[in-house]
Amino acid sequence: MSRVRLIQTLLIGGSVALLEILCRAGVIDHFTMIPPSDMLLSLIRIARTESWFWPDVLYTLRNLAVAIVIAVAGGFLIGLGVHAVPRLRRCLDPLFSSYYSVPTFVLYPLLIVIFGIGPASLIVMGALFGVVAMIVATLTALDRIPRALIKTARIMRLDALRGVLMVRLPAAAPHLFTGLKLAVAYCVIGVIAGEFILATAGIGRRLSFSYNNFDNQTMYGVLLLILVFAATLNALLNIWEKRLHQRWYR
Amino acid sequence: MNARPRLVETDHSATAHVAFRSVSHTYPARAGHPPVHALGPLDFNLNRGEFLSVVGPSGCGKTTLLEVLAGLVKPEGGTIEIDGRAMTGDVPDGVGVVFQEDASFPWLTVADNVAFGLRRAGLPAKEIAGRVDYALDFMGLNQFRTAYPSQLSGGMRQRVCIARTLVTRPSLILLDEPFGALDQQTRLLMGEELLKLWRETGATVMLITHSLDEAAMLADRVAVMSARPGRFIDIIETRWPRERDSSLASQPEFGVLTSRLWSLLREESRKAMESSGARSSGATAR
Amino acid sequence: MSLQLRLPASRAFDYLLLVLASLALWAGLAWIAGPDALSGPGETLARAADYLGSAAFWKHARATGTAFGWACLLSLAGGAAIGVLIGMSRLAAEVGEPILGTLYSIPKITLYPIILLVFGLSLSAKVAFGVLHGIFPVALLTIGAIRNTKQVYLKTARVMRLTPVQTASTVLLPAILPELVTGLRIGFSSALLGTLIAELFASEEGLGFMLIRAMEAHKVVDIMALAFLLFAAAAAIGGLLLAIEGRVHRAS
Ligand SMILES: Nc1ncnc2c1ncn2[C@@H]1O[C@H](COP(=O)(O)OP(=O)(O)OP(=O)(O)O)[C@@H](O)[C@H]1O
Ligand SMILES: [Mg+2]
Repeated sequence: MSRVRLIQTLLIGGSVALLEILCRAGVIDHFTMIPPSDMLLSLIRIARTESWFWPDVLYTLRNLAVAIVIAVAGGFLIGLGVHAVPRLRRCLDPLFSSYYSVPTFVLYPLLIVIFGIGPASLIVMGALFGVVAMIVATLTALDRIPRALIKTARIMRLDALRGVLMVRLPAAAPHLFTGLKLAVAYCVIGVIAGEFILATAGIGRRLSFSYNNFDNQTMYGVLLLILVFAATLNALLNIWEKRLHQRWYR
Repeated sequence: MNARPRLVETDHSATAHVAFRSVSHTYPARAGHPPVHALGPLDFNLNRGEFLSVVGPSGCGKTTLLEVLAGLVKPEGGTIEIDGRAMTGDVPDGVGVVFQEDASFPWLTVADNVAFGLRRAGLPAKEIAGRVDYALDFMGLNQFRTAYPSQLSGGMRQRVCIARTLVTRPSLILLDEPFGALDQQTRLLMGEELLKLWRETGATVMLITHSLDEAAMLADRVAVMSARPGRFIDIIETRWPRERDSSLASQPEFGVLTSRLWSLLREESRKAMESSGARSSGATAR
Repeated sequence: MSLQLRLPASRAFDYLLLVLASLALWAGLAWIAGPDALSGPGETLARAADYLGSAAFWKHARATGTAFGWACLLSLAGGAAIGVLIGMSRLAAEVGEPILGTLYSIPKITLYPIILLVFGLSLSAKVAFGVLHGIFPVALLTIGAIRNTKQVYLKTARVMRLTPVQTASTVLLPAILPELVTGLRIGFSSALLGTLIAELFASEEGLGFMLIRAMEAHKVVDIMALAFLLFAAAAAIGGLLLAIEGRVHRAS
């Protein structure tokens, strides 16, 4: 395992170093991209000196948290409901599977008209993005519960509630967790995309704002923050997911 | 008792634990598949405290028989009486089942898996610990009590399921090919353990198996099933003493018994293979 | 394998019910939200029909189609190639999978300034953005499929003394085919998403460009009609790919 980590570190470090050299040597010009080290310095600078930094970060995080809760809980419940009605499910499957090929945020301006420009629109945007991933994962999870386990629950004469809590949910947990992971990733995309398009605050808005003002230093600092945040979140969820899967499956 | 089957030589002193009365089952048609008549009609009695083995060609309806008796599948025709009361379509009291597939819970350790049913029954913790220890010991799983099923071999997982069922001391034990994933030696030993447990608890056992030796060695009676739809073409009494073990295999009667089983099954197994697609190969013409 | 896509009568009835229910829901929402926020189904569908009859719409649709075609092709070919290369070695998979997964999960819309700075307003910017979205899921699914292939299949191939090429073509490929088709479907929709996003922000033609123009002018009916057409097209193709996928999964 440590060898894998070593190679990964070398690979990522090497790419960053290569980018640094290309930028410094002028192969990539300064208007296109600033060297990674400058991005980091810029991020540190804005975090320490700019008064907008923490309020914007907190604004995004708060909206994101609410969106995730809505997407995961809502997606799970909708998934349960749809799974219970196979005919409905058969109709909805093509919709679910093509959902992510349509840029849902074209509807964002309409959301602004309905909910006003502010947290509510962003939260709905993020939740709309994440919810289908959770629905699909819930359906898969319910499909994949081994029939022998469900029969065992019946032989043990668990009532409906216990059957769900003690057998079905744990048996479905690995796939549900994968859904959670995807829903989180999509919520991040939805909230930040919404901020990017139109918002009064938030880290995504700061990105588009600095881009439109040709402020490359700030833009790359903020971009680095977003990428590192998304990557870290994903890595943490991945590790957790892997633990879960290792216990459930060989 | 008007529904007594022709071929069965039942011990008249025995009382019926389970009575099948013209039980049959057909799986309804599914998208693109015709209905499958899987079982029966079946008329016979499972006597209290007896050990019955069921053998039959693959796909003949053995698992269906077990699931009907366990209350998992509602038979399409006929009734089943347990202790003289008709089944309500739910899982009856005192039934323990070991399924053909692995049904160990991957999120619980071996010990927690085995204790699952006992905890559900609300037994005192001390009693649970004692029974689990005993079960893990005789299943040879003691070193693995804190392991998770994903760390075990297929045969060990099957033993977890057997232990989980047996610790609840069911009065009717249904086993579907429980030793399928075990090697022959372990199979023999597990069979002996099962016999011991059967003698100690006085439970009624129905064991579905693919091994004719196993069926002949363990059972009081061996039911031979026809190709699908599964019916009993014969029920053979072994007349072994209640105290018995695998040394039976060296007796001449044992050989007579297994060859009789084989001659009954041979034709049925061929039929089962021919009806399930082997006919297109044309390799049967010689 | 013959590909029949017959709709049984009951299924057609279900779809009809679903369509009617969604129309009713849509009309209700439009009524609650008011015409400034959501246009009703009648108006929207009429506008969509107008679009389908106009030459300008088809010009933009063709532009999107060209960019999407390239993006899709490159995503699928590139993703499958990366997936096979990485998936064949255990170490490479362990190293590469988390990195690709992370790249897949980052909000790529934030990278659009970079793409724009590198490619300018061009076809290549759109294709690049489409590939950026499409290539990772295809690669990830391919790796997953190869790594999840039962070891006993590969052992069988070794016992039969197949060459690596024979193993790949007669054992590995058929074994991973179902997942490969899933990857195809997901790569398809992701590449479409990427292409449309690029058009929204960095283009002067295409359906995404039409959308952003409608958004800026706040023409609710236009936005809804375009979104509807896009969703209908994507759902139709998605449904078809799903049906193919169902066949392949059942056959294996
Ligand atoms: N849920 C089901 N729906 C439709 N048909 C089924 C179903 N379960 C079993 N069958 C069919 O019923 C027949 C009997 O199945 P069953 O599982 O009882 O056989 P079996 O004797 O247990 O076979 P094996 O020895 O291989 O386990 C088979 O032909 C099978 O295809
Ligand atoms: Mg069976």
